[in-house]
Amino acid sequence: MSTYPTEPLKCWNKAKELRENFYADYAAAKERGGLRWMGSAWAFDAVPRGLGKDVYTITGEPYAASCAFNRPVSAEFLKASENYGFARDLCSYMRNYWGSILVNKYAFGGEYPKPDFAWTQHICCSHGKWYQNACELEGGDVPLYVVDVGAGAYPPFEPIYEHRVKYVADQLLDGIEWLEKVTGRTFDDELFLEAAWNDIRSTNKWAEICMLNRTVPAPLDEKSIYALYVFGTLEKSSGAFADFYDELYDEVKDRVDRGIAAVGNEKLRWMSDTQPPWGFLNTYRYIELWGAVSIGSIYTYGLTGMWLYDDKTRDLRPRPLPDKKPGTREEACTMLADWHLSKPEYQHFYSPRYKIDMMDAIARNWKVDGIILHYNRGCEGLSIGIAETRLGLIEKGHKVMTYEGNMGDEREFDESATLNRIEIFLETMGLQKPVMGHEETLRQ
Amino acid sequence: MAIEKFQEWYENRHEYQMDWKKRTGNKIVGYFCTYVPEEIFYAFDVLPVRILGSHQMQDVTEPHLFGMFCPFCRDVLAQGLKGKYDYLDGIMIAQSCIQLRQAYTSWEINKNPGWSHYLPMPNHVQSPRALPFLLGEYEILIKKLEDLTGKKITDSDLQRGIEIMNNARRVMKDIYEFRKQDSPPITGVECMYMACAQFFTDAREWLPVAEEVKKELQTRKLDRDPGKRLLLVGSENDEIEFIKMVETLGERESVGATVVVEEHCTTTRYFWDEVEQPSSDPLTAIAERYIARVPCPAKDWPERTRLKQISKLAKDFNVDGAIVIQQKFCDPHETDIPFVRKHLEDNEIPTYFLEFDVTTPAGPFAIRVEAFLETLEAEADLF
Repeated sequence: MSTYPTEPLKCWNKAKELRENFYADYAAAKERGGLRWMGSAWAFDAVPRGLGKDVYTITGEPYAASCAFNRPVSAEFLKASENYGFARDLCSYMRNYWGSILVNKYAFGGEYPKPDFAWTQHICCSHGKWYQNACELEGGDVPLYVVDVGAGAYPPFEPIYEHRVKYVADQLLDGIEWLEKVTGRTFDDELFLEAAWNDIRSTNKWAEICMLNRTVPAPLDEKSIYALYVFGTLEKSSGAFADFYDELYDEVKDRVDRGIAAVGNEKLRWMSDTQPPWGFLNTYRYIELWGAVSIGSIYTYGLTGMWLYDDKTRDLRPRPLPDKKPGTREEACTMLADWHLSKPEYQHFYSPRYKIDMMDAIARNWKVDGIILHYNRGCEGLSIGIAETRLGLIEKGHKVMTYEGNMGDEREFDESATLNRIEIFLETMGLQKPVMGHEETLRQ
Repeated sequence: MAIEKFQEWYENRHEYQMDWKKRTGNKIVGYFCTYVPEEIFYAFDVLPVRILGSHQMQDVTEPHLFGMFCPFCRDVLAQGLKGKYDYLDGIMIAQSCIQLRQAYTSWEINKNPGWSHYLPMPNHVQSPRALPFLLGEYEILIKKLEDLTGKKITDSDLQRGIEIMNNARRVMKDIYEFRKQDSPPITGVECMYMACAQFFTDAREWLPVAEEVKKELQTRKLDRDPGKRLLLVGSENDEIEFIKMVETLGERESVGATVVVEEHCTTTRYFWDEVEQPSSDPLTAIAERYIARVPCPAKDWPERTRLKQISKLAKDFNVDGAIVIQQKFCDPHETDIPFVRKHLEDNEIPTYFLEFDVTTPAGPFAIRVEAFLETLEAEADLF
């Protein structure tokens, strides 16, 4: 039944090890006399790297996704947040995260490791509040710095304005002084410049990796992509992660050259849009049994990767690396501000039109047959404009289905009903339900 | 009574606005959030009107707005989709919450009046970097308003805009002073009509009526027992039916109440802070005002400054209790509410929490508010 050859990723175990070490390092930071900080996956993590080589982070979104993946742990955390008085309809990442603090349990074992400071960014209206509250729940003695990136859309969606880049860059410069003040450490510009370049090269490389998925058969499926894109959300300025993406690129390129498929029976390609219900990733494997592979999404491509949308060719292309590395603290802050303001996942905060254009570009250029949108009750930020996105994609001629769920709160995801909808969608696109024992296993 | 005029404006906002346009020949821009600098619009002789919902059930927004977003933003969008504002010449939002932003972007996509503007109002208002950024954004807004009106403005036009808005804010604050009295001569409902009428009318036409009300309040006595003095705190609120229910409870039950002050973006957060005068640079003065005003919780970080304002209002207006009002799905307020409640309780202000949707379930809420008021009575009895 397989049409294409397939094989496991060689770097899979290395990816697992890197990820496990990341969380273990954060927990063990104090044993090494190091510092811990918490903040968003979207934060400018290159900056705290200037404090030294013994500074470790936990980024809230991927940590909360890991909590959600472990449903009993997640249930405990969500309950703790609700008992504290937080509304059940708030971002489920935040509720998992706050619950982890309230229960004082680290999802990877032991007590929740208290950070020394919080360093984050604000694009969704919950981002600043997330860490403001986390600091309060930690006892009120964890200092907080937030960089506002809500400075408007990037070209071609809006013109470039110097004051917008400067606003973000200046907050980063102020943030460096703040970091020195709250940690008592001297900021090392050399470490920062290196980290800033790692950030830029890793997010560029991830986009190049995603470009390889234009190939038929796709060398990567989205369930696997979730385990790989995550490094850009854990700490994109890490040299080890940036190097890993170089290695991954070579391997995926080799798969393309040899015609190795992620899904051997690829007959149909689909794409998603935002975070999946993390406790139910086996849905992706079920869909693969039908011969349908998810090639990715604006979420996995555009959160970790840096792209530019070309409105003439209606295509997304990896944003080229800057001509030269930054040489000073000021240059690095301006470069990082400008680089990240072009992040695709920032653009759609300003209009669904921008997301429609970018998703249309992926759908056409990655040869997508259908689009499945997750009406994600757990993330207001990435669900913003989703209903208009659906209408816009249909208007552009795409086949679109939706399901309602929650990335981090299993109580708001009806697995059986969702699978029924997906089956009908796949049948309307000409696929037939597979006759396999495996299917029954999944649906139990 | 002059005060009845505000209810008339509140209930007939579209008639007023269409008539204003006919009378003046000038343009009207609808805005979605109180971070829009109305002073700049008045400088261009453009009437800025805030778009609020109608508190009526509707079925037009479902294809455009995911149902998990707040009922207020859906209600607002419904007004546009149903054609209630087809007379507008433009729409605008200043960045605040992402919920309301969707009402704006959906409106722009589906009912674009030909002019629209998204102002990225800085979120980090506690940063010194917010001011130069906002000034840059105001320059962009001014260029776009030049396109809309064909006019250029001067500093004296901006000064005029500042005076128009400051005069209205000052009178509104004067009116609130009367609510500090043991037996306020103005009810919470009347005040809500008056405050919201500012959104729907030309401030220059609202002002003389407000000044007349100010005169009348000096001698006005209401034939009612004010009962318990309440503070309302929370999301956008023009829940007239709810306030009416609260303030008439005493006519039916053994306990009654008066809303003496609110901390909402329909009332105090909107008008409490003036633009500092005199200023040699009016645009900077306007920007400073919007950065320093009592913030929406979406912008209230890293320090939660709103708490101080809430407890100050509670103390200055001598409240017996607070009702924390939340629009369902209003994330910025939901992230603050546990801390607002704790702050109030730490300051010995009994607090009750209610969640609102598009319509007000007056019956069930009456039972709950009555029970809350009874607990306040019980505490008074104890001591």
